[in-house]
Amino acid sequence: MTDTNLLQQINTLSSQTLQLCYHCHKCTAGCPVAEDMQYGPDRILRMVQLGQKERLLASHDIWLCAACETCGTRCPNEIDIARVMDALRQIAIEEGVTVSEPDALKFHKIFMYGVQMFGRSHEMFLFAAYKLWTMHLMDDMDSGIALITKGKVPIMPSLVKNRAEVSKLFKETQAREQESRGGDSE
Amino acid sequence: MSRVGVFVCHCGNNIAGSVDVKAVAEEVGKHNNVVFATDYKYMCSDPGQQLIRESIEKYNLDGVVVAACSPAMHETTFRKTVNAAGMNPYRCESANIREQCSWVHQNDEEAATEKAIAITCSIAEKVSSNEELESLVIPLTQRTLVIGGGIAGMQAALDIADAGYPVILVEKANGLGGKMAQLSGTYLNFNAAPDLLNQKIERVTHHPHIQVILNAEVSEVSGYVGNFQVKIVNSEERVENYGGDMDDSQSSPTNNHSPFTFDVGAIIVATGWEPYDLEKLPEYGGGLITDVVDGLTFEKMLAPGNEIRRPSDGKTPQEIVFVQCAGSRDRERGVPYCSKVCCMYVAKQAMTFQERVPYAQAYVFYIDIRSAGKNYDEYVQRAMTDFHVLYLRGKVSKIFQEGDKVMVWGVDTLSDRTVEIAADMVVLATPMTPPAGAVDLGQRLHISTDANSFFTEAHPKLRPVETLTAGIYLAGAGQGPKDIPETVSQASGAAAKVLQLFSHDEMTSSPLVATVIPELCAACGVCVNLCPYGARQIHPVWNIATVNSALCQNCGACVVGCPNKASQVHNWRPDQLLAMIDEVL
Repeated sequence: MTDTNLLQQINTLSSQTLQLCYHCHKCTAGCPVAEDMQYGPDRILRMVQLGQKERLLASHDIWLCAACETCGTRCPNEIDIARVMDALRQIAIEEGVTVSEPDALKFHKIFMYGVQMFGRSHEMFLFAAYKLWTMHLMDDMDSGIALITKGKVPIMPSLVKNRAEVSKLFKETQAREQESRGGDSE
Repeated sequence: MSRVGVFVCHCGNNIAGSVDVKAVAEEVGKHNNVVFATDYKYMCSDPGQQLIRESIEKYNLDGVVVAACSPAMHETTFRKTVNAAGMNPYRCESANIREQCSWVHQNDEEAATEKAIAITCSIAEKVSSNEELESLVIPLTQRTLVIGGGIAGMQAALDIADAGYPVILVEKANGLGGKMAQLSGTYLNFNAAPDLLNQKIERVTHHPHIQVILNAEVSEVSGYVGNFQVKIVNSEERVENYGGDMDDSQSSPTNNHSPFTFDVGAIIVATGWEPYDLEKLPEYGGGLITDVVDGLTFEKMLAPGNEIRRPSDGKTPQEIVFVQCAGSRDRERGVPYCSKVCCMYVAKQAMTFQERVPYAQAYVFYIDIRSAGKNYDEYVQRAMTDFHVLYLRGKVSKIFQEGDKVMVWGVDTLSDRTVEIAADMVVLATPMTPPAGAVDLGQRLHISTDANSFFTEAHPKLRPVETLTAGIYLAGAGQGPKDIPETVSQASGAAAKVLQLFSHDEMTSSPLVATVIPELCAACGVCVNLCPYGARQIHPVWNIATVNSALCQNCGACVVGCPNKASQVHNWRPDQLLAMIDEVL
């Protein structure tokens, strides 16, 4: 009944030992987005333990996780659940599963592209690109205007000195990933 | 006329705050029998006690009243004080003017003072007619009976015998070791346990101070602490095993014996436990499905050197389901209590199974994990992390046979899903229960058993190895489910209690016991029936009621019940009580 491979795979990808989980639900109790989740962080870990891969990859929760690390900070067994969520998202993308929260994936992609370009996040670029791609042009206008008037969203990006280094990191990681994927298929 | 001294204590402000202590001393000093009365800040302090001792000498006192706290607090203290000055301790009494006076009348000094005077005068009246009493000396047999030859009984026997006192160890079966001998190993230190047990059996068998009697049971017990008479008979099991197994038993212990009686001073009850009857769990296939076994049966399958094979067809099981709380914590179908050891031994069995059988999978259904003990929780965690035993939180609803599989229907409440497992074998972690004869044995020993037939300790927290019957102590799972380290601790605790009893050649006890005035006694036997401690009987020759001073607890029930007023309690005689009442009125 269990896909024990999934547990091993997630443990390796996230460098965690999920069997340690007490299921005390402290992670879920403190999670700021748990209210909007289908299962909550604890049940996600349980589903990994039980190898319920399809349910997991199709769930909204793995995309709703804001990676705020509240759960990992509070966990009595030091399980970094945000990394587990990352691992699950990674497998979902690799396996081409229909993403339940496509906007979240777009946001992730734009964010990473921005970091690759500027060496760090540029909020104005992030806002504009996300809105154009998702066509949610009028969403969150009130908080957007408030942020801009308070000067929290600079028009021009502040560039890091060694942008080439950051770029190189991205390229090398991508190359390594492709290499390992090639190795898998052989 | 007596020469009584009265010492009124201030107890700081506790008494002096609401009672005019000087007035009390002055008023009581006018009493006929009182030759000296004074007050002091703290009578129980060294200078306070010194004051009492000096006054006894100076005024040639023959009785002392300390008007202070409750006698439960300092009666012993002040009796020792007067004894040091050469006075008989039973000529000293406490007058309680704190708990029963100053503390309850804090806002009325006048009334409190009046009451304190009345209390103190009545005690002064009592003391003046107190008898001089000597402690009772009771003989003591420095030999111990240990009932049960499991790890509890052996540990207790060894501790006592090593201190040099003889022990008689009675075991119902025809070998030592009890349930521990049936275990494949123990948790935490799996391999060391069988060796350690064998060493203990070896030591008990050859110990010069331990006499082991196998195939025997205690049939009768009479007497009291220090002086029990015990009768031993052949156990029923011996008759059953007479044919084959007799040759296996150790050579030196006594095997063949007719009923015999001996004296002991103390008894340790270490009768252990029995597994719950599997047939009482038909919903889990107990007694119906061959491949559903209990924990103790699985222990035998796991014995070192054995290959793990399921009972039905001898195949090696690949998937085993363990069901925790099978019968325990189940008021409806089983026993209400937690069996305490199952969470740990299931973890051990699941790990051993996965270690021995490659690619095997163990599943454990549990309500919650109770792994309270040093390094225990870490041990259960290891089953999950290092051995990948899958723990499922929820109770199994049904177990049934389908082909050569045992189907288990359960639920995983952590993922809110029902679970169905086609297993090769199921192990039910059934509760430890007391042996069938526990209640009968309890009645023979005059010790009580609880609703589940476990022996009852004297106090659940502070006297966990004693029973309410003096001289009888408890060790091991007969008192309630426990694991080996706990059992060994309790056994050593019981042994320490016995050694404490044996630390004197004879016992002393309080002389404040009931007596019978022979001229008044009609031998009606009312007191015999009334006495809760079995201390009364009608003398066969003299035909009057007698008191066994060692058993009497001075409760006074016989005094109240006696129609002829022949029963009295020392220093609480009717004439004293009437005189005290006269004082108060």
